[in-house]
Amino acid sequence: MQPVATTFFFYFLSALTVLSGVLVITQKNAVHSALALIFGLLAQAGLYLMLYAPFVAGVQIILYAGGIMVLFLFVIMLVNLERAQKEEQFNKQWLVGVLAALALGGLLVAVYLKGGQLFPQHIAQPVESSNTQEIGVMLYGNYMFAFEIASLLLLVAIIGAVVMAKKRI
Amino acid sequence: MAPITTVHYLVVAAALFILGVIGVLTRRNVVIVLMSIELILNAVNLNLVAFSRMWGLHGQVFAIFVITDAAAEAAVGLGILIAFFRNKETVNVDEVDLLKW
Repeated sequence: MQPVATTFFFYFLSALTVLSGVLVITQKNAVHSALALIFGLLAQAGLYLMLYAPFVAGVQIILYAGGIMVLFLFVIMLVNLERAQKEEQFNKQWLVGVLAALALGGLLVAVYLKGGQLFPQHIAQPVESSNTQEIGVMLYGNYMFAFEIASLLLLVAIIGAVVMAKKRI
Repeated sequence: MAPITTVHYLVVAAALFILGVIGVLTRRNVVIVLMSIELILNAVNLNLVAFSRMWGLHGQVFAIFVITDAAAEAAVGLGILIAFFRNKETVNVDEVDLLKW
């Protein structure tokens, strides 16, 4: 299927993602930040779809927006943030932090502007109907060891989270 | 308008990364700091998937592993937050100073 209105969708989805990122770091209420982050994750899943990565887009929506952010919202509900909302939101070193981050951003932009012609212009379009099968073949072939380690990591994380949040060990 | 190249996606990912770094460095609420870390991980994921369009599916597999690790790290980080909140009744990063000398 031919891609249609690529430019419009790219700018629209990128604007949504960056705007939601700004909302995440500036909102006073943590629930508003979490909702803005969910919105940004969904817009980013749209960007993944534009990059011919439907499986990663699906994983992003189900796992990230539907799992991790729901976990965040549960913990925000458990933790009483009423008092934190009335306090000062930005710490004392905010100016130094913003300047350092902007310096890093300037470095990144300089790298992209100088090295932009190093990337090949014509991009091979991968077939998106067999994307999931090919990722499955890679996960169980080349990356079998990393797959097993990732499942072990998840087990350790589950045990760790339960132990950390228990009242009496 | 110019066609959308890989560098466009890299610039969007860089913007998300900078926003995440600003969030980690300036906010006092621990939950929002953790959410800014998730922003940084998402920026890295976008970079990986943008490059995987040129150089094979390895980038997408790596992105899936990054999402898995983000889930594990968010779970453990929020567990630590709950344990800390139970002791000190605050989510302020500045008050995590028990090890200060």
